Amino acid sequence: MANKTTITAEPNKQELFIIREFEAPRELVFRAYTEADLYEQWVGPDDLTMTVEKMDAFDGGSYRFLHERDGHVYAFHGVYHEVLAPERIIGTFEFDGLPETGHVIMGTTKFEDLGGGRSRIVHQSVFQSVSDRDGMIQSGMERGVTQGYDKLDNMLARLQEPNTASA
Amino acid sequence: MDAFTALAEPTRRSILEMLSANGNLAATDIYKKFRASPPAISQHLKVLREAKLVHVEKRAQQRIYYINPEPMKELEKWIHQFAANTEKQFTALDALLEREKAKLQNNKEKKNG
Repeated sequence: MANKTTITAEPNKQELFIIREFEAPRELVFRAYTEADLYEQWVGPDDLTMTVEKMDAFDGGSYRFLHERDGHVYAFHGVYHEVLAPERIIGTFEFDGLPETGHVIMGTTKFEDLGGGRSRIVHQSVFQSVSDRDGMIQSGMERGVTQGYDKLDNMLARLQEPNTASA
Repeated sequence: MDAFTALAEPTRRSILEMLSANGNLAATDIYKKFRASPPAISQHLKVLREAKLVHVEKRAQQRIYYINPEPMKELEKWIHQFAANTEKQFTALDALLEREKAKLQNNKEKKNG
């Protein structure tokens, strides 16, 4: 029923691929990636408060968003190298909470039209080192384990309630 | 040391690549392939042994190194969990897209009606 996410991270490589199909035209998926009020609704774990501080989604623009949990704020920022609606976004990504700055990821997201109101995103992240990549995968794992699957179920139920969003 | 940290070092990754290409190798053959000194390479082999990425068998005067497939599965497990988290996020995006599609449909009907 639900579309499945494919993640490819080959051992000893600096890249990571994420591929996912959507039951929506790519124009709409592209908007969900580039409009702050939409982006806030889906990015980040559900136990964090997500705030987009800045999102200038155009060539040379930049973004910054904040995740907040129990008074702790985690910031992420980057610049847009290319924003080509509704086909492609190329930009950088950096987590401000690392012990040192300079661990920057370059990301390319392609939005493919599959016809019939469906689409596919193909995302590539290129890291500066294998340990940068593996470290990010590892931190994603730990977060998931502490969060637990019961929370996931709650979140899915909440999201599926019709029109709870600010319409 | 865990498998991830052990794998973060390029010399150790090269050793693993050699072992996976050759099946097994004598320690002396591994030393020959690097410019670094045998004691330095020996340290890397020790880290790989402790991370259980390789195991060693003694044959006469030689120490033969083999790759262990099990810890590689640990990496796969991490990727699997990372995928589950990414999936959650995309499930939220699915719900958002449905809401937005409904809004667009409503607007269209209002216009036409």
